[in-house]
This record gives sequence, C-alpha cells and structure tokens, in this order.
Amino acid sequence: MNKILIIFAHPTKTRSKINSALRAAVEDLENVTINDLYSNYPDFLIDIKREQSLCEEHDVIIFQHPLYWYSPPSIIKEWLDLVLEHGWAYGSKGKALEGKIFLQAITAGGDDSTYQKDGCNIFTIGELTSPYCAMANLCNMNWLPPFAVLGIHQGLSEDEVKFHAEEYRRAVIALRDGTLDIEKAKHGQYLNSDLNSIIRRL
Amino acid sequence: MESFLFQLFIFLAAAAIAVPIAKKLGLGSVLGYLIAGIIIGPFGLSLIADIEEVMHFTEFGVVMMLFLVGLELKPSLLWEMRTPILGMGGMQVLFSSIIITGIALIFLPWQQAVAVGLILSLSSTAIVLQTLREKGLMNTSPGRSIFSVLLFQDLAVIPMLAVLPFLATIAIHDDGHYASVLFDISSLPQYMQIIVILLSILSIFFLGKFASRPIFRIIAATRVREIFVAAALALVVGISILMTSVGLSPALGTFLAGVVLADSEYRHELESDIEPFKGLLLGIFFISIGASLNFILIGEKILLIAGLTAALIGFKWLVLVVTGSIFKMEKKERSLFAIALAQGGEFAFVLFQFSRTNGVLPNQTIEPLISAVAISMFLTPFLFLAYEKFSSSAQGDEESRRDSDIIDHTGHKVILAGFGRLGTDLGRFLISAGIKPVIIDYDADNVDVLKKFGFEVYYGDITRLDLLEAAGAAEAELLIIAIGDIEKSRKLVELAGKHYPHLKIAANASDRTSAHELMDLGITQIRRETFGSALALGQDALKLLGFDPYEAHKLMRIFRKKDEDTMPELHKMRHKDKKSYISMYQKHSEDLEKLMALDLNLDMEEIDKAWTAANTEK
Repeated sequence: MNKILIIFAHPTKTRSKINSALRAAVEDLENVTINDLYSNYPDFLIDIKREQSLCEEHDVIIFQHPLYWYSPPSIIKEWLDLVLEHGWAYGSKGKALEGKIFLQAITAGGDDSTYQKDGCNIFTIGELTSPYCAMANLCNMNWLPPFAVLGIHQGLSEDEVKFHAEEYRRAVIALRDGTLDIEKAKHGQYLNSDLNSIIRRL
Repeated sequence: MESFLFQLFIFLAAAAIAVPIAKKLGLGSVLGYLIAGIIIGPFGLSLIADIEEVMHFTEFGVVMMLFLVGLELKPSLLWEMRTPILGMGGMQVLFSSIIITGIALIFLPWQQAVAVGLILSLSSTAIVLQTLREKGLMNTSPGRSIFSVLLFQDLAVIPMLAVLPFLATIAIHDDGHYASVLFDISSLPQYMQIIVILLSILSIFFLGKFASRPIFRIIAATRVREIFVAAALALVVGISILMTSVGLSPALGTFLAGVVLADSEYRHELESDIEPFKGLLLGIFFISIGASLNFILIGEKILLIAGLTAALIGFKWLVLVVTGSIFKMEKKERSLFAIALAQGGEFAFVLFQFSRTNGVLPNQTIEPLISAVAISMFLTPFLFLAYEKFSSSAQGDEESRRDSDIIDHTGHKVILAGFGRLGTDLGRFLISAGIKPVIIDYDADNVDVLKKFGFEVYYGDITRLDLLEAAGAAEAELLIIAIGDIEKSRKLVELAGKHYPHLKIAANASDRTSAHELMDLGITQIRRETFGSALALGQDALKLLGFDPYEAHKLMRIFRKKDEDTMPELHKMRHKDKKSYISMYQKHSEDLEKLMALDLNLDMEEIDKAWTAANTEK
C-alpha cells in the first residue's frame, strides 16, 4: 500500500465548499496524511525539516489547492522555495523525491472552455501548471496530469460537489492501492477526465 | 584649612575657566589644564604654593585611572589583545629604552643611562587616552593599537619599579616617600617579605573575586549612593596603602583589582563612582604639571632642554614608525600611532621621583629631563591638532571608506536598560541574534540570580548620567529601555536625548498612557509591554474556539496594525479633553470591529462569481 501525503493549501478553507468537500472525502482514509499548510504555518514560517521528512515518509505527494491568478496560493510557492533544497530534492545528490508520484488537485473558477487558446484565459490548465510539471521532472518524480475541478464560479450544485468528492476519493484510493494505471493516466488531459479507463478493477 | 580651601578654589576655578576655553578653541581639555597650570603657577600669577605636594597627591589620579583601565579589561579581552600588547608594546618599550639608553651613555654612567632609557620610553597614558576619548578615536584600529602600547607601558612600570633600586649608585637619603604606613616589612627576614608580598597580591585577588560581591550587594541593597561611592573609594585607597606598605606600586595593585572586578556585575557602578574623582585628580595633576614647568631652569638651559625634547619626541617617533611598519599599519594609521605616543609620560615624574629617593639618578640629571618630559606632554595636544590638519587636507575622500570599515569592525553596540521580566527575554533574543548588549539593572538580587544563569548583567541606576556614560552611551548605537516604571523611562529618555542625541531609542511602555508619555518625548519605537502577549493569547483563544489558525493569525495582525495606526491620532487627542479622547477611542474600536467582521464574512464565492462575470463580459 502506498502512503499518500496531501499538501493542502487554502487561505479561507472554511468558505470553500468544494475544497472542504474534497478534503473531507479523503481525510479518513488509511495511509493518507493531510498537511494543512495555512493552519500549520499561519505566519509562513515553514519547518523545512518537518516537511522534508513528511515527503520522505510518503510515496505519493498531492498538492491540493485552488487556482488564484493562474497559480497556487502563495504559501505553496513559499513551500517549494524553502523545502526543495539542492542536495535534497535535486542536484547530483538530491534523490529524496526520486520515483515518488506527483499530483496536483486543483479547483478553478472558469470551466474547461475558458482554459483554451481561444478562451478568456488563453492558456490551458496543462500550460498553466507546466512549472509544476517541470519541477517534478527536475526532482525525478513521476508526474501525473492534475485532478481538476473546473467551473466552480458558476456555482456547483450539491450533487456536483458530491460527485467530484467521490471521484477524488476513488483516485486517491487507487493511487494508494496501486490500482491506477500510471502510464495510461499520464496521457490524459486531467487525471479525472475518465477515471474508469485508468483504474484497474481487481 | 582656609588656605587649603583657597588652594582648592584656585585649582578648580582655573580648570573651570581654562578647560572650556581650550575646548572652544579645539585644543582639548588636557591642554586647557596645562595652560591653566602655567597661568596660576609660580611663573604666571603665582597663585599656588606647594606644587610638589599637590602633584604628589594628585598622582593618585593615575592610580585611579589604572583601576579604571583594569575594570575595562576583562581577562578574556586582555588575552585577545595579547599580540598588539606584547608585540607592539614590547617592541616600542624595548627599542625606545635601548636607543635612549644608548644616547644617554654618552653623558652618563651606564646605570643612570639605563634608568633614563627605561623611564623615558613611557608615554603619557593620561593625556593620550583623554585625547583619544575626546576625539572619539578609542574604538578605531589605530586607537586600539595606541591603547595596547599604553597598557604594556603601564604594566612595564611595575618591573621598572622593581629594577630601578638595583641601579642605585648614590647614597640614599630616605625622605619617607615610600615608607610603610601600617608596618615596616623591611624589618622582616627576606623570605617573609616575599611571603607577605605574595599574600597581599593574593588578598587582592580574593577580595575582588569572592569577597567583593556579597559586600557590594549589601551596600547596593541600602540604595544609598554615597555609601557605594565610599566603598569604591575605600577599595582603591585601601589597595594603594596595602601595596605601598609591602613595597609594590599602588598602580599595579589597583590595576589588578580592576581586572579581577572587570567580570563583576558592579563594574559599571564602580566605574562611574570612581570616574569623577579620577577626572578631578588627573585634571589637577595636569594643572600641576603645567605649574611645575620651571621656566627659570628652561630659560637658563633653553638649548639643552629644547634639544632633549626634540630628541625625545624624534627618537620615540622613529621607533613608533618602525613598529607601525613592522605590524603593517596603513600609512595614515601609522602616523597617528607615532604622533600619539611620542611624548614622555606622567609615569616619568613618578619614576624620576622614585629614582631620586632611591639614589639612582642625581637631581641635576633629573631636572632638565623632567622639563623635557613636561614640554613633550604639553606639545602632544598640538601634535594631535597638527595631525588632524594634515590628514584631513591630505585625504578627504578616503575618509568615508575608512569610517565604514571601522563600524564594521566594532559591531553593534547596544545598551539594554532593565533586565526584569521583559528585559530577560529581550536580552536572550538579542544574544541569540548575535548582539551582545550591555545590560544594566537596578535590582541587586535580580542581577545576582541572572549572573548565575550566565548573563552579562551589571548593577546600577541607568538613569544616572555617569552610569550611562560608563555603560558606553557615547559609543553605543542603540538604547533599549525595558523599564516598567514610566518615571524612570522618561528620565532616561530625557537624559539620553540631551547628552547622547545620536543614540537610537526603542522603549517599552507598561500601558497606553505611558506610551503616550514616551511619544510626547519624541520616541517613535514604542512597544506596549503586554500588548504582544495579549494578542498572542487572543489568537490562541480563537484557535481553541475552532477558528481556522490562519484566519486567527490574520485577525490578530489586522487588529495589531489598526491599533498601532490609531496610536498617533489618539495621542494627539490626549491633550484635548478626556471626552473626545474616549469618543475617538470608541469610534476606532467600532471601525476595527467592522473591518474584522468584513474579513471574516467575505464570501469568496460571491467575489469569484463577480470576477468571472467581469471577465467574461468583455
């Protein structure tokens, strides 16, 4: 069984229905650790050693966060800047993250049509998250396309929220139990484009 | 009695008139004293009678000065400076002695030549240190080199006092100068004499290390200041008497006591208590040097004395330049170093006197030499002035670069006033950040306890100017006031503002009213003592009530920012009537509540929708 670390970042999580729901869906799972950055480091003083050993102890690292101005909330950037040290995460001696699975679980306002070349956001989610793909590459991690819940600005119905939460739970369980076809998943646009096709049935 | 008071009046009045004039003319206080001496001396207005006696008495100022020098030299600092002290100092004293002895051999028998060489190798600690301090050069790198040499010289006096009697060639007529006060140890057998000497040195060490602390604590607890002054004076005088009676130099004894007490928490208190006495005695000592210039003798042997003075300064200068080059000083540094130390010193008077009574040197040799030494000392402040003129015109733009070098070298100097509940944590924080403040507290028991924890704390009332000075306010960069009592804080702020306007001040205020009072005094860096912990506790409370930790932190910051922002406005209102102050306060509180509620209830989704709508519309 893989161990999963969810690095969670939402500055006003009590007011985000979808992020609360996604989080609640995986919180009780065995072998899943939630690391809430804004709660642990309200003053942004990140404990580098603690974060590094958390990463070392887990096999899958998921960054769960909303997309603000086409980027994760600022504390994620702070985390990357501080925790991914040379000689630990990258460089000739930096092998700590090697082979671990990297995934972003993103919620964003616009729907899929806005994140297109001719949409109002002019870039795709894949393009906007490319720095994270590059980061995973440099750290020799196994990058997966993001789990994306889009179009939340139109307001999601209770059912829709429930559906996405359930999908998230399924994906996380599959990652944990090793039933997710990693190679196949890599070729999709989003991890949750078609979960059924990439989760092997036992 | 009346004639004594009259003499005293003449000295004090002369100093009070001459020193400010000399300072005004940029000549420094030492020159002021010397000129005052000449004016009131036998060759001026002839107002004073027994110069020898006065000089002999005020030599005690030198003893006190060495005590103070010792106080400033912790054993560890002494160890750190061992290279410049032994290297530069040793080289200067050795070479100067050899050269002067060599020249003196032409005219004198070898024993006398050696004595003259040793005595004239010394420079004037009193004049040079005083001048360096006045010009703010003490903590520069040439300043430190000069100090090292002076220190070595001060130490070298001790073996000189021991060696000189062996050079005696003239029948001694003892005038009782160094006769014992309490008992005559020369009646004891030789081995007993050595034991007595060792015992007395040991007793100084023991007194300073172990006995002084409980004694001073008891005295400090009385909070009667004069008693502390009395005890400090008794200590110095007592040690001098002890040293004299066993045949050692009182300067050595007090220096030793100073070094032993340098680690004591009472160091600054002792310093500030002895300082005025030292200053006054040295001042009068300088006056008596001025007065002792024997113009008749100088007039008679003008060529001889001028030659002696020129040779003295010239050869010492040469040795210093060579020493400076060997120790790789920069050109500018070296010229200050050489000019500062090229004169004869006040120890020469003491040692010449000593040689006379021990039958080492005859009067006719001593007389012109003393005049030459006195003139060379008199010329020193002028040499400093000449150096300043020369160096400022020669190197204008290099100045700024050098200055930043010096600041970098000395590091930050911080005085922390008050080491109670607040000061302790503050001090710990600063120390962990690599800043070592000079910490002063007025609670002897508290100081005692903290000392045991390894803090460098000193006992004393920081609202006294002399103690502030002793704590290093003149050179310090920042004064942190961590005193709970607003009356004391205010006094300290006023004192510091008046005498050390360069000092930055950060102050603690026990409450809002105190904060306003400090703001009245123009302090801008003020922290209310309990404000920080109140907000931190508030943040904890919100967290325990289930608030999101980041939210709680943000609310705390908003509150802190707003509250701090309204302080100046409330401060202005304070001087109006109480009613409008209260209404202003209430208005601000309401605003704050609204602001924080706004932050709490922000509907992210609403904002998100609005944002998208605005974007998609175009």
